[in-house]
Amino acid sequence: MASKIAYINARLLDAASGLDAPGGVLTDGEEITDFGPDLAKKKGAPKGAKVIDCEGQCLAPGLVDMRIEIGALADTVHAAVSGGVTSAVCLPNTDPVIDDMSVVEFVARRARKQGMAKVYPYGAVTKGLAGVELAELGLLAESGAVAFSDGVLAVADAQVMRQALSYASTFGLMVVQHPEEPSLASEGVMNAGETATRLGLFGIPTQAEVIIVERDIRLAELTGGRLHMAHVSTAASIEAIRRAKARGVSITCDTAPPYFSLNEAAIGDYRTFAKLSPPLRGEDDRQAVVEGLKDGTIDAIGSDHTPRDEESKRLPFAQAAPGGIGLNTLLAVSLELYHNGHMGLLEVLKLITAAPAALMGLPAGRLEKGAPADLVLFDPNEGWKVGADALVGKAQNSPFDGRPVQGRVLRTVVDGRTVFEPDR
Amino acid sequence: MKQDGKDIAHFPHRHLLGIEGLSPTEISILLDRSESYVDQNRRVDKTSPVLHGRTIINLFFEDSTRTRTSFELAGKRLGGDIINMSVATSSVKKGETLIDTAMTLNAMHPDVLVVRHPDSGAVKLLSEKVNCAVINGGDGSHEHPTQALLDALTIRRRRGHLSGLQVAICGDITHSRVARSNIHLLNTMGARVRLIAPCTLIPPGIERMGVEVFHNMADGMKDCDIVMMLRLQRERMGGNFLPSIREYFHFFGLDYEKLSHAKEDALIMHPGPMNRGVEIDTDVADDVGRSVIREQVEMGVAVRMAVLELLALNPEYEGKG
Repeated sequence: MASKIAYINARLLDAASGLDAPGGVLTDGEEITDFGPDLAKKKGAPKGAKVIDCEGQCLAPGLVDMRIEIGALADTVHAAVSGGVTSAVCLPNTDPVIDDMSVVEFVARRARKQGMAKVYPYGAVTKGLAGVELAELGLLAESGAVAFSDGVLAVADAQVMRQALSYASTFGLMVVQHPEEPSLASEGVMNAGETATRLGLFGIPTQAEVIIVERDIRLAELTGGRLHMAHVSTAASIEAIRRAKARGVSITCDTAPPYFSLNEAAIGDYRTFAKLSPPLRGEDDRQAVVEGLKDGTIDAIGSDHTPRDEESKRLPFAQAAPGGIGLNTLLAVSLELYHNGHMGLLEVLKLITAAPAALMGLPAGRLEKGAPADLVLFDPNEGWKVGADALVGKAQNSPFDGRPVQGRVLRTVVDGRTVFEPDR
Repeated sequence: MKQDGKDIAHFPHRHLLGIEGLSPTEISILLDRSESYVDQNRRVDKTSPVLHGRTIINLFFEDSTRTRTSFELAGKRLGGDIINMSVATSSVKKGETLIDTAMTLNAMHPDVLVVRHPDSGAVKLLSEKVNCAVINGGDGSHEHPTQALLDALTIRRRRGHLSGLQVAICGDITHSRVARSNIHLLNTMGARVRLIAPCTLIPPGIERMGVEVFHNMADGMKDCDIVMMLRLQRERMGGNFLPSIREYFHFFGLDYEKLSHAKEDALIMHPGPMNRGVEIDTDVADDVGRSVIREQVEMGVAVRMAVLELLALNPEYEGKG
């Protein structure tokens, strides 16, 4: 096998440098060794290099997903590459919980063995995700945790959060909060409001999110710690973050595709695939998420991939487990922002490549000589319909089931190896 | 479909999962048919062989005495074979899922399943997995369609019509499927609905379902034709909805003083079972001139007979199970 591969005749897209031009990429082994317009044509490829003709399609750094649940690891990394994702950061709510060095190493090693998408772990903020005592943040960081989070649970106690922000900054890492006041959310199963009332379901008010966001902004100011709000979903919390950023607070945030692409109407007649955490909100909130992405208040998009088995979703709505898969559809649904005219193609790509990589400090998400040869080739325009049962991976709980989308992954490359091509 | 040589309008739905979405005509079909069973139920021989050979299963995942008994009586008076399956004796306690239970029962070829479940939407979920007709006997805080129909029948027989009436529904709206079904039905039939409750028992956004919300009885009951009291579902109250029963009765319990704000001939209704001294004063509940609470129970059997008949013998689906 040739160790040099030339990907020629591509439209190169690199959000980090603002590159959008015809060209090609040359890889040698696991690294990118060259890229640019000279590689656009076959004659630009060095002798002996294997040539892959991209036929004018978009070639970009592999996608970076800053928030997934790992579920069945082998299954998940395959789902990832089918969506063009080459690096993903997994929440610590694994079994056992990632609150110990040995588990950090175990998860990373098992993912490496698959040779698919690279998996980086979050370390737990608190031992056992119990929200009471800090986990060994320093040791977790040293063994490879890229940030801290209690997963789908909020760090609810203000004093614990204060100490976490303060102590984590010792090691230069950020604390990622699930912004939801648990006592306001304990009985709720969807967004509070008319739809919940009609369906006879208990609601979670949007205030549950902004209360934690505003509280933690104060704690970030108090401690000087790096604060990141995961999957923001409401107009009020985005506005709070916008104001905090304006006055120089060290805060960032992300959202997930369901929150800019769907609203609570997707629940329809008790569709459990649309039961998510945080819950799908009203249309005004959805539009505010789009605005937050456009004006840069929201720094990145994470898929919030949460695989669930059929049994946990084939239940009455209140009993069904929250969460939806998102790796497979991260690119296509994010591209709705481009196709709907909200953002440029490079701006959208930045949210799922360079921006999350920078937040997490990952060696990924940009075209650079010497960078890992992680690439995605895609057609931004090809239309298809999400069919939950046709997606790669066992988990089928896609909130986008049945949705027509545009943007097809044509090839995914990890460390110079093609790890995914769609069946044609 | 014919009975006693007369045509009976058929009900154009496979299931009765809720009132929301039914048209005035469809509701009238159910009420008109119920009317004929009121007379049958007052005869010495209360049976007719309408559902001979049909199997009805009462599947109750939540305790109920009156709704279950009412359906059971309705099925028996129509000559159907009706059996009760309740959670305590079923495999549900052994961890079988709702859908497995549905599939198991479906394999026994029932004609109608009457289902009550503590979760909103559970009856709809179950209906998607079976071939027979499904009647919602109450799902969570969502709907209880036969209760709304029997309330409507009671009102219609007393007042002759539903449209234009001012109806006050008082009590725990947040947790009440009875309230939701009644709001849908009364609005559809042209009545006007007011809700009266403390703020903690009014769910968000309910005014967008076409109701007026009041927080004191005097204002809310003013000029009302009908006063529907709801049971205060203490067993459903996890949080701090109310500080005390004493306080609740003081402000929202129905007594003659509060009732004086309604029209002089306003009817008093209650879906039962009543908490005397909590949401309703004993004297008011037993006032034969005003209270139609026992009549509601009587209408309940007639309504359930009509619903069982119209669903079990629906010509569009019969025999396709």
